[in-house]
Amino acid sequence: MSKPHSPFDVHLRGSFRFDQQILFQSLDFSLSSGEWTCLIGVSGAGKSTLLRLLAGLETGGSFDGAITTSDQSALSGRVAYMAQSDLLLPWRSVSDNIALGHRLRGQALDEDRLKDLINRVGLSEHEHKKPAALSGGMRQRAALARTLLEDTPVVLLDEPFSALDARTRSSMQELSFELLQGKTVLLVTHDPSEAVRLGSRLYEVTDQGLQEHQIPASQPIRNIDDPDVLARQAALLLALRTSS
Amino acid sequence: MFWQGKRRCYLLYEHQAEHMTDFSTISSERTKPLDFFVSVLGLLVLWQGIVWITGVPKYILPGPVLVFHAFVDNVGLIAEHSLVTITEVLVGLLLGTSFGVVTALCLTVSALARRFLMPIMVISQIVPVFALAPMLTLWLGYGIASKIAMTLLIIYFPVTSSFYDGLKSTPPGYLDLARTMNAGRYRTLFQIQMPAALPSLASGLRLAAVYAPIGAVIGEWVGASNGLGYLMLLANGRVKIDLMFAALIALCVFTILLRALIGYLSDRADSWAAGRDYTG
Repeated sequence: MSKPHSPFDVHLRGSFRFDQQILFQSLDFSLSSGEWTCLIGVSGAGKSTLLRLLAGLETGGSFDGAITTSDQSALSGRVAYMAQSDLLLPWRSVSDNIALGHRLRGQALDEDRLKDLINRVGLSEHEHKKPAALSGGMRQRAALARTLLEDTPVVLLDEPFSALDARTRSSMQELSFELLQGKTVLLVTHDPSEAVRLGSRLYEVTDQGLQEHQIPASQPIRNIDDPDVLARQAALLLALRTSS
Repeated sequence: MFWQGKRRCYLLYEHQAEHMTDFSTISSERTKPLDFFVSVLGLLVLWQGIVWITGVPKYILPGPVLVFHAFVDNVGLIAEHSLVTITEVLVGLLLGTSFGVVTALCLTVSALARRFLMPIMVISQIVPVFALAPMLTLWLGYGIASKIAMTLLIIYFPVTSSFYDGLKSTPPGYLDLARTMNAGRYRTLFQIQMPAALPSLASGLRLAAVYAPIGAVIGEWVGASNGLGYLMLLANGRVKIDLMFAALIALCVFTILLRALIGYLSDRADSWAAGRDYTG
Protein backbone atom coordinates (compact mmCIF):
# COMPACT_ATOMS: atom_id res chain seq x y z
CA MET A 1 0.00 0.00 0.00
CA SER A 2 1.13 3.56 -0.65
CA LYS A 3 1.68 5.88 2.28
CA PRO A 4 -0.97 8.61 2.74
CA HIS A 5 -0.03 12.17 1.82
CA SER A 6 -0.59 15.16 4.07
CA PRO A 7 -3.23 17.31 2.43
CA PHE A 8 -2.21 20.68 1.01
CA ASP A 9 -3.66 23.36 -1.24
CA VAL A 10 -1.89 24.71 -4.31
CA HIS A 11 -1.86 28.43 -5.17
CA LEU A 12 -0.86 30.03 -8.41
CA ARG A 13 -0.51 33.80 -8.43
CA GLY A 14 0.98 35.94 -11.16
CA SER A 15 0.82 37.02 -14.77
CA PHE A 16 1.62 35.14 -17.92
CA ARG A 17 2.50 36.44 -21.36
CA PHE A 18 3.38 35.13 -24.80
CA ASP A 19 5.91 37.56 -26.28
CA GLN A 20 4.23 40.93 -25.66
CA GLN A 21 0.70 39.58 -25.38
CA ILE A 22 -0.66 39.12 -21.88
CA LEU A 23 -2.62 35.87 -21.48
CA PHE A 24 -3.31 36.17 -17.73
CA GLN A 25 -3.00 39.33 -15.68
CA SER A 26 -2.82 39.10 -11.87
CA LEU A 27 -4.19 35.61 -11.78
CA ASP A 28 -5.04 34.13 -8.39
CA PHE A 29 -5.97 30.49 -8.64
CA SER A 30 -6.12 27.72 -6.05
CA LEU A 31 -6.53 23.97 -6.07
CA SER A 32 -8.21 22.78 -2.87
CA SER A 33 -6.77 19.68 -1.26
CA GLY A 34 -8.54 16.44 -2.10
CA GLU A 35 -10.95 18.06 -4.57
CA TRP A 36 -11.48 18.04 -8.32
CA THR A 37 -11.11 21.50 -9.84
CA CYS A 38 -12.25 21.79 -13.44
CA LEU A 39 -11.03 24.32 -16.01
CA ILE A 40 -13.22 24.84 -19.04
CA GLY A 41 -13.01 27.31 -21.91
CA VAL A 42 -12.70 27.73 -25.63
CA SER A 43 -9.63 26.46 -27.49
CA GLY A 44 -6.64 28.76 -27.08
CA ALA A 45 -8.00 30.36 -23.89
CA GLY A 46 -5.00 29.12 -21.90
CA LYS A 47 -6.38 26.14 -19.95
CA SER A 48 -3.55 23.82 -20.88
CA THR A 49 -1.01 26.60 -20.30
CA LEU A 50 -2.19 26.87 -16.68
CA LEU A 51 -1.92 23.12 -16.29
CA ARG A 52 1.55 23.06 -17.83
CA LEU A 53 2.67 25.84 -15.49
CA LEU A 54 1.59 23.73 -12.52
CA ALA A 55 3.29 20.66 -14.00
CA GLY A 56 6.53 22.58 -14.47
CA LEU A 57 6.47 21.99 -18.22
CA GLU A 58 7.57 24.26 -21.05
CA THR A 59 4.82 26.75 -21.96
CA GLY A 60 6.54 28.86 -24.62
CA GLY A 61 5.75 32.06 -22.67
CA SER A 62 6.96 33.80 -19.53
CA PHE A 63 5.35 33.53 -16.10
CA ASP A 64 5.87 36.29 -13.59
CA GLY A 65 4.59 35.01 -10.27
CA ALA A 66 4.77 32.08 -7.90
CA ILE A 67 3.31 28.63 -7.43
CA THR A 68 3.11 27.84 -3.73
CA THR A 69 1.58 25.18 -1.49
CA SER A 70 -0.09 25.43 1.91
CA ASP A 71 2.53 23.09 3.40
CA GLN A 72 5.32 25.40 2.16
CA SER A 73 7.04 22.57 0.23
CA ALA A 74 7.79 22.74 -3.48
CA LEU A 75 5.13 21.34 -5.78
CA SER A 76 7.77 19.86 -8.10
CA GLY A 77 8.01 16.09 -7.75
CA ARG A 78 4.51 15.83 -6.24
CA VAL A 79 2.57 16.06 -9.50
CA ALA A 80 1.39 13.36 -11.90
CA TYR A 81 0.28 14.23 -15.42
CA MET A 82 -2.17 12.58 -17.76
CA ALA A 83 -2.74 13.96 -21.24
CA GLN A 84 -5.38 13.64 -23.96
CA SER A 85 -3.18 11.17 -25.76
CA ASP A 86 -2.42 8.13 -23.60
CA LEU A 87 1.35 8.55 -24.23
CA LEU A 88 1.93 4.82 -23.89
CA LEU A 89 5.27 3.80 -25.38
CA PRO A 90 4.39 1.42 -28.25
CA TRP A 91 7.43 -0.82 -27.75
CA ARG A 92 6.71 -1.52 -24.07
CA SER A 93 4.11 -3.87 -22.65
CA VAL A 94 1.14 -2.52 -20.71
CA SER A 95 2.72 -3.35 -17.32
CA ASP A 96 6.07 -1.85 -18.38
CA ASN A 97 4.27 1.31 -19.45
CA ILE A 98 2.45 1.53 -16.14
CA ALA A 99 5.78 1.19 -14.31
CA LEU A 100 7.49 3.74 -16.59
CA GLY A 101 8.03 6.37 -13.87
CA HIS A 102 9.92 3.93 -11.66
CA ARG A 103 12.04 2.74 -14.59
CA LEU A 104 12.88 6.31 -15.61
CA ARG A 105 13.93 7.21 -12.06
CA GLY A 106 15.77 3.93 -11.53
CA GLN A 107 13.55 3.20 -8.50
CA ALA A 108 12.66 -0.21 -7.12
CA LEU A 109 9.10 -1.18 -7.95
CA ASP A 110 6.56 -2.77 -5.63
CA GLU A 111 5.40 -5.58 -7.94
CA ASP A 112 2.36 -6.37 -5.73
CA ARG A 113 1.18 -2.79 -5.96
CA LEU A 114 1.67 -2.83 -9.72
CA LYS A 115 -0.39 -6.04 -10.03
CA ASP A 116 -3.08 -4.59 -7.77
CA LEU A 117 -3.34 -1.42 -9.87
CA ILE A 118 -3.46 -3.36 -13.13
CA ASN A 119 -6.25 -5.43 -11.60
CA ARG A 120 -8.14 -2.33 -10.42
CA VAL A 121 -8.18 -0.82 -13.90
CA GLY A 122 -9.29 -4.17 -15.33
CA LEU A 123 -6.21 -4.91 -17.44
CA SER A 124 -5.01 -8.12 -15.76
CA GLU A 125 -5.55 -10.14 -18.89
CA HIS A 126 -3.74 -7.60 -21.05
CA GLU A 127 -0.69 -6.68 -18.96
CA HIS A 128 1.78 -8.38 -21.31
CA LYS A 129 0.24 -6.96 -24.48
CA LYS A 130 1.61 -3.99 -26.39
CA PRO A 131 -0.54 -0.82 -26.48
CA ALA A 132 -1.27 -1.33 -30.20
CA ALA A 133 -3.31 -4.42 -29.23
CA LEU A 134 -5.62 -2.43 -26.90
CA SER A 135 -8.77 -0.40 -27.53
CA GLY A 136 -8.81 3.36 -26.89
CA GLY A 137 -10.57 2.90 -23.54
CA MET A 138 -8.13 0.21 -22.41
CA ARG A 139 -5.17 2.39 -23.35
CA GLN A 140 -6.58 5.26 -21.33
CA ARG A 141 -7.10 2.91 -18.38
CA ALA A 142 -3.43 1.92 -18.65
CA ALA A 143 -2.52 5.63 -18.65
CA LEU A 144 -4.66 6.09 -15.54
CA ALA A 145 -2.89 3.20 -13.80
CA ARG A 146 0.47 4.75 -14.75
CA THR A 147 -0.68 8.05 -13.20
CA LEU A 148 -1.87 6.28 -10.05
CA LEU A 149 1.37 4.31 -9.64
CA GLU A 150 3.20 7.64 -9.42
CA ASP A 151 1.27 8.07 -6.15
CA THR A 152 1.53 11.85 -6.09
CA PRO A 153 -0.90 14.01 -4.08
CA VAL A 154 -1.63 16.26 -7.09
CA VAL A 155 -2.89 14.93 -10.41
CA LEU A 156 -3.16 17.10 -13.53
CA LEU A 157 -5.50 15.81 -16.23
CA ASP A 158 -5.33 17.52 -19.63
CA GLU A 159 -8.49 16.50 -21.52
CA PRO A 160 -7.80 12.84 -20.76
CA PHE A 161 -11.18 11.52 -21.95
CA SER A 162 -11.80 13.75 -24.97
CA ALA A 163 -10.71 11.20 -27.58
CA LEU A 164 -13.00 8.46 -26.22
CA ASP A 165 -16.49 7.56 -27.37
CA ALA A 166 -19.37 8.69 -25.12
CA ARG A 167 -19.89 5.37 -23.34
CA THR A 168 -16.18 4.74 -22.67
CA ARG A 169 -15.75 8.37 -21.60
CA SER A 170 -18.53 8.07 -19.03
CA SER A 171 -17.12 4.87 -17.52
CA MET A 172 -13.57 6.33 -17.52
CA GLN A 173 -14.88 9.37 -15.62
CA GLU A 174 -16.36 7.07 -12.99
CA LEU A 175 -13.26 4.88 -12.73
CA SER A 176 -10.93 7.88 -12.51
CA PHE A 177 -13.04 9.54 -9.84
CA GLU A 178 -13.10 6.36 -7.78
CA LEU A 179 -9.34 5.69 -8.09
CA LEU A 180 -8.27 9.30 -7.57
CA GLN A 181 -10.19 9.67 -4.28
CA GLY A 182 -8.26 11.86 -1.85
CA LYS A 183 -6.04 13.36 -4.56
CA THR A 184 -6.03 17.02 -5.53
CA VAL A 185 -7.07 16.96 -9.17
CA LEU A 186 -7.04 19.63 -11.86
CA LEU A 187 -9.10 18.59 -14.89
CA VAL A 188 -8.86 20.60 -18.10
CA THR A 189 -11.84 19.83 -20.32
CA HIS A 190 -13.90 21.12 -23.23
CA ASP A 191 -16.95 19.20 -22.12
CA PRO A 192 -19.50 21.04 -19.89
CA SER A 193 -21.12 17.72 -18.94
CA GLU A 194 -17.79 16.32 -17.71
CA ALA A 195 -16.96 19.49 -15.76
CA VAL A 196 -20.36 19.64 -14.04
CA ARG A 197 -20.28 15.93 -13.27
CA LEU A 198 -16.82 15.79 -11.72
CA GLY A 199 -15.93 19.23 -10.40
CA SER A 200 -16.03 20.42 -6.80
CA ARG A 201 -15.01 23.76 -8.25
CA LEU A 202 -15.47 24.93 -11.78
CA TYR A 203 -13.69 27.79 -13.55
CA GLU A 204 -14.10 29.12 -17.04
CA VAL A 205 -10.95 30.54 -18.61
CA THR A 206 -11.82 33.81 -20.40
CA ASP A 207 -9.98 36.84 -21.75
CA GLN A 208 -10.62 38.55 -18.44
CA GLY A 209 -9.13 35.73 -16.40
CA LEU A 210 -10.86 32.96 -14.48
CA GLN A 211 -14.57 33.10 -13.90
CA GLU A 212 -16.00 30.71 -11.32
CA HIS A 213 -19.26 28.96 -12.17
CA GLN A 214 -21.76 27.45 -9.79
CA ILE A 215 -21.86 23.70 -9.47
CA PRO A 216 -24.76 21.49 -8.40
CA ALA A 217 -25.35 21.11 -4.67
CA SER A 218 -24.79 17.35 -4.75
CA GLN A 219 -21.36 15.81 -4.27
CA PRO A 220 -19.38 14.53 -7.25
CA ILE A 221 -19.41 12.22 -9.01
CA ARG A 222 -22.89 13.30 -10.07
CA ASN A 223 -25.50 11.35 -11.98
CA ILE A 224 -25.73 12.22 -15.66
CA ASP A 225 -29.54 12.44 -15.51
CA ASP A 226 -29.71 14.54 -12.30
CA PRO A 227 -31.98 17.52 -13.24
CA ASP A 228 -29.67 19.95 -11.44
CA VAL A 229 -26.65 18.57 -13.31
CA LEU A 230 -28.49 18.91 -16.62
CA ALA A 231 -29.55 22.46 -15.81
CA ARG A 232 -26.00 23.52 -14.77
CA GLN A 233 -24.60 21.85 -17.85
CA ALA A 234 -26.99 23.81 -20.08
CA ALA A 235 -26.21 27.05 -18.24
CA LEU A 236 -22.49 26.44 -18.63
CA LEU A 237 -22.83 25.72 -22.34
CA LEU A 238 -24.81 28.94 -22.79
CA ALA A 239 -22.16 30.86 -20.86
CA LEU A 240 -19.41 29.38 -23.04
CA ARG A 241 -21.29 30.36 -26.18
CA THR A 242 -21.65 33.98 -25.10
CA SER A 243 -18.30 34.51 -23.39
CA SER A 244 -15.38 36.06 -25.25
CA MET B 1 28.38 38.14 -41.24
CA PHE B 2 29.03 35.12 -39.07
CA TRP B 3 25.30 34.62 -38.58
CA GLN B 4 24.69 34.54 -42.35
CA GLY B 5 27.47 31.99 -42.80
CA LYS B 6 26.05 29.86 -40.02
CA ARG B 7 22.56 30.14 -41.48
CA ARG B 8 23.87 29.05 -44.89
CA CYS B 9 25.54 26.08 -43.21
CA TYR B 10 22.29 25.02 -41.60
CA LEU B 11 20.39 25.50 -44.87
CA LEU B 12 22.88 23.27 -46.62
CA TYR B 13 22.57 20.69 -43.87
CA GLU B 14 18.77 20.82 -44.03
CA HIS B 15 18.90 20.51 -47.83
CA GLN B 16 21.17 17.49 -47.67
CA ALA B 17 19.11 15.86 -44.95
CA GLU B 18 15.95 16.42 -47.00
CA HIS B 19 17.58 14.99 -50.11
CA MET B 20 18.73 11.94 -48.20
CA THR B 21 15.33 11.42 -46.63
CA ASP B 22 13.78 11.36 -50.08
CA PHE B 23 16.37 8.85 -51.30
CA SER B 24 15.96 6.71 -48.22
CA THR B 25 12.22 6.58 -48.85
CA ILE B 26 12.91 5.08 -52.30
CA SER B 27 15.56 2.84 -50.76
CA SER B 28 13.11 1.53 -48.15
CA GLU B 29 10.46 0.57 -50.72
CA ARG B 30 9.79 -3.13 -50.55
CA THR B 31 10.10 -5.25 -53.67
CA LYS B 32 8.36 -8.59 -54.01
CA PRO B 33 10.77 -11.43 -54.95
CA LEU B 34 8.77 -12.33 -58.07
CA ASP B 35 8.69 -8.70 -59.27
CA PHE B 36 12.42 -8.49 -58.68
CA PHE B 37 13.08 -11.71 -60.58
CA VAL B 38 10.94 -10.57 -63.54
CA SER B 39 12.68 -7.17 -63.63
CA VAL B 40 16.16 -8.73 -63.62
CA LEU B 41 15.15 -11.24 -66.29
CA GLY B 42 13.73 -8.40 -68.40
CA LEU B 43 16.95 -6.44 -68.03
CA LEU B 44 19.05 -9.45 -69.09
CA VAL B 45 16.85 -10.07 -72.13
CA LEU B 46 17.09 -6.37 -73.08
CA TRP B 47 20.88 -6.46 -72.64
CA GLN B 48 21.28 -9.60 -74.81
CA GLY B 49 18.84 -8.14 -77.36
CA ILE B 50 20.90 -4.92 -77.69
CA VAL B 51 24.07 -6.99 -78.18
CA TRP B 52 22.44 -9.12 -80.89
CA ILE B 53 20.68 -6.27 -82.68
CA THR B 54 23.59 -3.80 -82.69
CA GLY B 55 26.33 -6.39 -83.17
CA VAL B 56 28.51 -4.42 -80.77
CA PRO B 57 31.96 -6.10 -80.27
CA LYS B 58 32.38 -8.19 -77.11
CA TYR B 59 35.32 -6.01 -75.95
CA ILE B 60 32.85 -3.07 -75.79
CA LEU B 61 29.73 -4.82 -74.46
CA PRO B 62 29.70 -8.58 -73.92
CA GLY B 63 26.28 -10.19 -73.66
CA PRO B 64 25.02 -11.76 -70.44
CA VAL B 65 25.72 -15.26 -71.74
CA LEU B 66 29.42 -14.43 -72.22
CA VAL B 67 29.51 -12.74 -68.81
CA PHE B 68 27.99 -15.85 -67.25
CA HIS B 69 30.71 -18.01 -68.83
CA ALA B 70 33.40 -15.59 -67.58
CA PHE B 71 31.88 -15.81 -64.11
CA VAL B 72 31.94 -19.62 -64.10
CA ASP B 73 35.50 -19.75 -65.50
CA ASN B 74 36.80 -17.28 -62.89
CA VAL B 75 34.63 -18.15 -59.92
CA GLY B 76 37.63 -18.80 -57.63
CA LEU B 77 39.28 -15.50 -58.55
CA ILE B 78 36.03 -13.54 -58.14
CA ALA B 79 35.34 -15.21 -54.78
CA GLU B 80 38.83 -14.34 -53.53
CA HIS B 81 38.45 -10.65 -54.44
CA SER B 82 34.82 -10.58 -53.25
CA LEU B 83 35.93 -11.69 -49.81
CA VAL B 84 38.21 -8.64 -49.56
CA THR B 85 35.48 -6.23 -50.66
CA ILE B 86 32.89 -7.86 -48.39
CA THR B 87 35.26 -7.50 -45.42
CA GLU B 88 35.85 -3.82 -46.23
CA VAL B 89 32.14 -3.14 -46.58
CA LEU B 90 31.08 -4.97 -43.41
CA VAL B 91 33.82 -3.49 -41.22
CA GLY B 92 33.20 -0.01 -42.70
CA LEU B 93 29.47 -0.40 -42.18
CA LEU B 94 29.95 -1.45 -38.56
CA LEU B 95 32.38 1.37 -37.79
CA GLY B 96 30.41 4.01 -39.73
CA THR B 97 27.19 3.02 -37.96
CA SER B 98 28.88 3.04 -34.56
CA PHE B 99 30.47 6.47 -35.11
CA GLY B 100 27.21 7.80 -36.58
CA VAL B 101 25.14 6.59 -33.62
CA VAL B 102 27.62 8.00 -31.08
CA THR B 103 27.77 11.35 -32.93
CA ALA B 104 23.97 11.61 -33.07
CA LEU B 105 23.77 10.90 -29.32
CA CYS B 106 26.42 13.55 -28.60
CA LEU B 107 24.55 16.09 -30.75
CA THR B 108 21.35 15.31 -28.86
CA VAL B 109 22.70 15.66 -25.33
CA SER B 110 25.32 18.35 -25.73
CA ALA B 111 24.76 21.95 -26.81
CA LEU B 112 28.53 22.27 -27.14
CA ALA B 113 28.61 19.35 -29.58
CA ARG B 114 25.77 20.92 -31.59
CA ARG B 115 27.64 24.20 -31.69
CA PHE B 116 31.00 22.86 -32.83
CA LEU B 117 30.38 19.41 -34.29
CA MET B 118 27.47 20.35 -36.58
CA PRO B 119 29.50 22.83 -38.70
CA ILE B 120 32.29 20.24 -39.02
CA MET B 121 29.76 17.68 -40.21
CA VAL B 122 28.39 20.14 -42.76
CA ILE B 123 31.90 21.00 -43.97
CA SER B 124 32.71 17.29 -44.24
CA GLN B 125 29.78 16.97 -46.64
CA ILE B 126 30.88 19.95 -48.75
CA VAL B 127 34.11 18.09 -49.59
CA PRO B 128 33.15 15.29 -52.03
CA VAL B 129 33.98 12.05 -50.25
CA PHE B 130 35.26 10.55 -53.54
CA ALA B 131 37.92 13.27 -53.73
CA LEU B 132 39.29 12.09 -50.38
CA ALA B 133 40.05 8.59 -51.68
CA PRO B 134 43.57 9.39 -53.01
CA MET B 135 44.48 11.06 -49.72
CA LEU B 136 43.14 8.14 -47.69
CA THR B 137 45.26 5.79 -49.79
CA LEU B 138 48.28 8.06 -49.23
CA TRP B 139 47.73 8.16 -45.48
CA LEU B 140 46.51 4.63 -44.79
CA GLY B 141 48.24 2.71 -47.59
CA TYR B 142 47.08 0.36 -50.33
CA GLY B 143 45.70 -2.18 -47.89
CA ILE B 144 42.22 -2.68 -46.49
CA ALA B 145 42.38 0.26 -44.03
CA SER B 146 41.95 3.02 -46.63
CA LYS B 147 38.90 1.24 -48.14
CA ILE B 148 37.31 0.78 -44.72
CA ALA B 149 37.91 4.49 -44.03
CA MET B 150 36.28 5.38 -47.36
CA THR B 151 33.27 3.18 -46.61
CA LEU B 152 33.01 4.64 -43.12
CA LEU B 153 33.11 8.22 -44.46
CA ILE B 154 30.48 7.62 -47.12
CA ILE B 155 27.90 6.19 -44.70
CA TYR B 156 28.76 8.30 -41.64
CA PHE B 157 26.65 11.31 -42.62
CA PRO B 158 23.43 9.48 -43.65
CA VAL B 159 23.52 7.39 -40.46
CA THR B 160 24.27 10.36 -38.19
CA SER B 161 21.77 12.64 -39.91
CA SER B 162 18.89 10.16 -39.91
CA PHE B 163 19.41 9.02 -36.31
CA TYR B 164 19.84 12.59 -35.05
CA ASP B 165 16.63 13.61 -36.87
CA GLY B 166 14.87 10.73 -35.12
CA LEU B 167 16.26 11.67 -31.71
CA LYS B 168 15.17 15.30 -32.22
CA SER B 169 11.69 14.22 -33.28
CA THR B 170 10.69 12.34 -30.12
CA PRO B 171 6.99 13.09 -29.59
CA PRO B 172 6.95 16.05 -27.15
CA GLY B 173 4.26 14.34 -25.06
CA TYR B 174 6.69 11.54 -24.15
CA LEU B 175 9.26 14.10 -23.02
CA ASP B 176 6.63 16.02 -21.01
CA LEU B 177 5.63 12.79 -19.31
CA ALA B 178 9.26 11.95 -18.51
CA ARG B 179 9.77 15.45 -17.10
CA THR B 180 6.77 15.20 -14.76
CA MET B 181 8.10 11.80 -13.66
CA ASN B 182 11.44 13.43 -12.71
CA ALA B 183 13.24 11.14 -15.13
CA GLY B 184 17.01 11.38 -15.46
CA ARG B 185 18.37 12.89 -18.70
CA TYR B 186 20.16 9.72 -19.78
CA ARG B 187 17.36 7.37 -18.79
CA THR B 188 15.01 9.47 -20.95
CA LEU B 189 17.52 9.26 -23.79
CA PHE B 190 18.04 5.50 -23.58
CA GLN B 191 14.53 4.40 -22.63
CA ILE B 192 12.41 6.82 -24.67
CA GLN B 193 14.32 8.83 -27.28
CA MET B 194 16.50 6.02 -28.65
CA PRO B 195 13.73 3.45 -29.11
CA ALA B 196 11.49 6.13 -30.64
CA ALA B 197 14.30 7.05 -33.08
CA LEU B 198 14.96 3.46 -34.21
CA PRO B 199 12.81 3.74 -37.38
CA SER B 200 14.82 6.83 -38.41
CA LEU B 201 18.09 5.00 -37.78
CA ALA B 202 16.74 2.09 -39.82
CA SER B 203 16.11 4.50 -42.74
CA GLY B 204 19.72 5.66 -42.54
CA LEU B 205 20.98 2.07 -42.45
CA ARG B 206 18.95 1.12 -45.52
CA LEU B 207 20.69 3.95 -47.32
CA ALA B 208 24.08 2.99 -45.85
CA ALA B 209 23.69 -0.59 -47.14
CA VAL B 210 23.54 0.80 -50.69
CA TYR B 211 26.30 3.40 -50.22
CA ALA B 212 28.84 1.24 -48.38
CA PRO B 213 29.90 -0.97 -51.37
CA ILE B 214 30.29 2.19 -53.48
CA GLY B 215 32.77 3.54 -50.90
CA ALA B 216 34.80 0.35 -50.83
CA VAL B 217 34.98 0.03 -54.64
CA ILE B 218 36.00 3.67 -55.11
CA GLY B 219 38.76 3.10 -52.57
CA GLU B 220 39.89 0.04 -54.55
CA TRP B 221 39.86 1.96 -57.83
CA VAL B 222 42.20 4.59 -56.43
CA GLY B 223 44.81 2.15 -55.22
CA ALA B 224 44.59 -1.49 -54.25
CA SER B 225 45.97 -4.93 -54.97
CA ASN B 226 42.81 -6.79 -53.98
CA GLY B 227 39.04 -6.49 -54.11
CA LEU B 228 36.33 -6.41 -56.76
CA GLY B 229 37.10 -2.77 -57.71
CA TYR B 230 40.72 -3.73 -58.31
CA LEU B 231 39.65 -6.81 -60.32
CA MET B 232 37.37 -4.66 -62.49
CA LEU B 233 40.19 -2.23 -63.27
CA LEU B 234 42.59 -5.10 -63.96
CA ALA B 235 40.12 -6.84 -66.29
CA ASN B 236 39.41 -3.54 -68.06
CA GLY B 237 43.12 -2.95 -68.63
CA ARG B 238 43.46 -6.39 -70.19
CA VAL B 239 40.32 -5.89 -72.29
CA LYS B 240 38.59 -8.76 -70.45
CA ILE B 241 35.32 -6.88 -70.39
CA ASP B 242 33.33 -10.07 -69.71
CA LEU B 243 35.36 -10.59 -66.50
CA MET B 244 34.85 -6.93 -65.60
CA PHE B 245 31.09 -7.39 -65.93
CA ALA B 246 31.26 -10.66 -63.96
CA ALA B 247 33.02 -8.82 -61.10
CA LEU B 248 30.44 -6.03 -61.33
CA ILE B 249 27.60 -8.55 -61.13
CA ALA B 250 29.23 -10.20 -58.10
CA LEU B 251 29.30 -6.75 -56.47
CA CYS B 252 25.63 -6.16 -57.36
CA VAL B 253 24.60 -9.55 -55.94
CA PHE B 254 26.46 -8.82 -52.69
CA THR B 255 24.90 -5.31 -52.45
CA ILE B 256 21.42 -6.74 -53.02
CA LEU B 257 21.95 -9.40 -50.34
CA LEU B 258 23.35 -6.81 -47.91
CA ARG B 259 20.43 -4.47 -48.65
CA ALA B 260 17.98 -7.35 -48.10
CA LEU B 261 19.59 -8.32 -44.77
CA ILE B 262 19.65 -4.73 -43.49
CA GLY B 263 16.14 -4.18 -44.84
CA TYR B 264 14.94 -7.24 -42.89
CA LEU B 265 16.63 -6.08 -39.67
CA SER B 266 15.30 -2.54 -40.20
CA ASP B 267 11.76 -3.82 -40.75
CA ARG B 268 12.06 -5.80 -37.50
CA ALA B 269 13.25 -2.65 -35.72
CA ASP B 270 10.33 -0.64 -37.20
CA SER B 271 7.83 -3.28 -36.04
CA TRP B 272 9.36 -3.41 -32.55
CA ALA B 273 9.27 0.38 -32.17
CA ALA B 274 5.63 0.47 -33.31
CA GLY B 275 4.71 -2.38 -30.95
CA ARG B 276 3.56 -4.57 -33.84
CA ASP B 277 4.39 -8.18 -34.58
CA TYR B 278 6.76 -8.51 -37.52
CA THR B 279 4.79 -9.86 -40.46
CA GLY B 280 7.59 -10.02 -43.03
